[in-house]
Amino acid sequence: MKITKVAKAGTLESNDILIMVMPNESGKVELELESIVLQQFGDVIEQVILHKVKEMGVEGITIKAQDKGALDYTIGARVETAIKRAF
Amino acid sequence: MEKLRRSMLFMPGNNPGMLQDAAILGADSIILDLEDAVSLTEKDSARILVRDAIKTIDYSQVEVVVRVNPLDTEFGPQDVDMIARVKPDTLLIPKADEEEIKLVDTMLDKIEKEEGYLAGSIKIIALIETAIGLATVYDVIKASKRVVGVLLGGEDLTSDLGVSRTREGEEIFYARNKVATACRALKVDSIDTPFTDTNDYEGLAKDTAKAKSLGLTGKSSINPRQIEIIHSVFAPTEAELKHALRVLEVMKEAEKEGKGVCSLDGKMIDAPIIKRATRTVEQGAKLGLIRDEGGAT
Amino acid sequence: MKTILGRELPAYIEGYGEVTPFQGAFSDAEIKTRKAVKLTSVNPTDRKVLDNLEQVFDKLNIKDGMTISFHHHLRNGDHVLNRVVEGLAKRGIKDLTVAASSIFPIHEPLVEYMEKGVVTGLVANYISGPVAEAISKGKLKKPAIMQTHGGRARAIESGDLQIDVAFIAAPTADTYGNINGVYGDAACGTLGYAISDAEYADITVAITDHLVPFPACPIQISQVFVDYVVQVESIGDPAGIVSGTTKITKDPVALIIARRAAEVIKASGLVKDGMSFQTGAGGTSLAVAAELKDIMLREGVVGSFASGGVTGYLVEMLEQGLFKTLFDVQCFDLKAIDSYRNNETHQAMSASMYGNPHTKGAVVNCLDIMILGATEIDTQFNVNVTTGSNGMIMGGSGGHSDTAAGSKLSIVVTNLIKSRVPMIRNEITTITTPGESIDVVVTERGIAVNPRRMDLIEKLRMTNLPLVTIDELKIMAEKITGVPKAVQLLEKIVAVVEYRDGSVIDVVRAVD
Repeated sequence: MKITKVAKAGTLESNDILIMVMPNESGKVELELESIVLQQFGDVIEQVILHKVKEMGVEGITIKAQDKGALDYTIGARVETAIKRAF
Repeated sequence: MEKLRRSMLFMPGNNPGMLQDAAILGADSIILDLEDAVSLTEKDSARILVRDAIKTIDYSQVEVVVRVNPLDTEFGPQDVDMIARVKPDTLLIPKADEEEIKLVDTMLDKIEKEEGYLAGSIKIIALIETAIGLATVYDVIKASKRVVGVLLGGEDLTSDLGVSRTREGEEIFYARNKVATACRALKVDSIDTPFTDTNDYEGLAKDTAKAKSLGLTGKSSINPRQIEIIHSVFAPTEAELKHALRVLEVMKEAEKEGKGVCSLDGKMIDAPIIKRATRTVEQGAKLGLIRDEGGAT
Repeated sequence: MKTILGRELPAYIEGYGEVTPFQGAFSDAEIKTRKAVKLTSVNPTDRKVLDNLEQVFDKLNIKDGMTISFHHHLRNGDHVLNRVVEGLAKRGIKDLTVAASSIFPIHEPLVEYMEKGVVTGLVANYISGPVAEAISKGKLKKPAIMQTHGGRARAIESGDLQIDVAFIAAPTADTYGNINGVYGDAACGTLGYAISDAEYADITVAITDHLVPFPACPIQISQVFVDYVVQVESIGDPAGIVSGTTKITKDPVALIIARRAAEVIKASGLVKDGMSFQTGAGGTSLAVAAELKDIMLREGVVGSFASGGVTGYLVEMLEQGLFKTLFDVQCFDLKAIDSYRNNETHQAMSASMYGNPHTKGAVVNCLDIMILGATEIDTQFNVNVTTGSNGMIMGGSGGHSDTAAGSKLSIVVTNLIKSRVPMIRNEITTITTPGESIDVVVTERGIAVNPRRMDLIEKLRMTNLPLVTIDELKIMAEKITGVPKAVQLLEKIVAVVEYRDGSVIDVVRAVD
């Protein structure tokens, strides 16, 4: 499935994550991640985002994420919202 | 013993930091709000966040209530559909009237069946905040077996009635009375409207005491710092507890001796008094105010 | 070699010297000596007042490699440290060791001097801001030495920290060197952290913007310790010195933590006439003080003293008669300064009297209840207040280790989770205060008591408080956040963390 436009969800508030998604040409899933806890949880955050994208069956998508210490449930929710807004 | 419902704390549904801490703020029930606390452009975001929060966060210590959007908006039905499937304890239905409650009841029947949940397990609290809702509150409660309580929405109600909302609350006197009566008649909880000045603790205590004195069983809150005062108002006082324990003691003795009636301090103890005493002692026990030997702490 | 807590330490650290590993809070029991001080007598015809800083530098003949010291009573409004280092740098002096009791963001110019080799060593009890970041990144040639407030006084008095010139920022000084901190535009109240410097440095210079005719009144540092006096335009910015009044937090979670901490204190049985209490100046700590105040008022308890850095809140408690006296090592706000100036039951204490373990008894030894913070805690109750969860230096013990060691009941109040990072770990980045000194950890989700304190556990079991083990707290946190990966640090040692007695309790390594 492909998204058709740019969309975002979430905020830069503490414990939240700002997710911006846009369609790309490469057809792959590309992720740019910034996080205040990159060293401690960077791997986990990446996994959660990519897992949600896969679960929703989306390809050809570039994701920019700015994390302020969001828990996994928040990350998944914001990614889902952004993608739904981008269809 | 059911959970207590002395306090119900409103939490904005689109705020992850608050959703995470909601269960430890001390309130008996938390209301994850998808309605007034969420802007129109973020309704979808909040819905998904609250859904995932309910799935993940340990809310076992509190009653999880979700205030959905009114059913006649584009958001309401979507809220019910998505949220009910993750089994919150209760849905808070805004602008509740008989029709609205019946509608939600039917929706929940369907969803519970589809998801394999026990029929009737998701409860409803009706938010009475319109003139019609208030005028028909008895029927609103009766509209569904799921209704376990009524929450009085003072701000919207007074707006609908075209009157000012004041600190003293005279304008909602009738509403409080009527709600308390209908709820008592149908044996459900009645929750008072929030006290909106979060810096005025004295006013909060007075307002809560007023609600209690009119028969309401709990109060909603918009700020965690209000919870303690609300609980202290709704807790039985030491004197009330002691008296209640004595009543039950005297009653037990009378039963042992085969006596039909008994009296305490010159007053006959009849069924209503025993009932109130039992309720008081039960509440005291829930709050840990009674030592094992049966004396008040 | 290992410390008694299991930390691996090298036997020798380049730029520091031989390492004596930490062996316990009260392991060092031998006879101590105070060092003998050399000084040049001042005769009746000598004059101490010099015209400007340049003259001071001319007279002092400061050489490469010397140690100069400063106090931090002007906090983030201090001008003196920067002025002095700048002046010395201009003269081509290099390799200085700056012994400042604390470093704040205003000392940012030091970074450049560190990079240029003007300043190659730093000794401090608390380091924050750009200087802390620069040290963590390895820009200081020698490892910084991080001490406690009491430990610094010990080091100065024993000779372990040899100060060549002490530059004392003096809100008021007279022409013969008497100093006080209660008058002048840059009034800061007590001068607890300057006392040992004045008494033991080879040379002491008073730098003031409020020079008064002899004699000044009151006298907090005596003329007999001061060699020179110089007036400058401004020693500090009042806005950065004091914060108006410090405020109690409104954060509901912090208030819950504070309430729980107060209940622990109540259950401990220490709330009674003659009790003593100290807390930090943060929002949550003040909230605990507020709760304790309510309990004391309700029960009609009159305490003996409250101590530490003093805020207006403690002053109110003194004025309400809740404590007989205050022991003040530094004033945090204007109300505290006014109180110290006017109320004789508001007493000063030097850093040495406050927490030096090698005296005939510091105030911390007399303290009943202490409220502390933390950046990390491990399952042995060891506490980190030196580095943040990303490994960067962001503070230091200050009085943390001193008060934890001396007090009867030391309580760490903290959120269980901060920005997804759990507070409780198996191993923490830096050990500042050893677990043997920490009695209770209070979070919003549970309270853990050090197993050494069975007496406390018994008392708390009789309350409704949510008692758990420290391991349970850790698991609770990780269930919510996931298990964090350890932060990767480089090999290079950028700071040595000294315990109160001068032994090394841990080292800080460079961040990537």
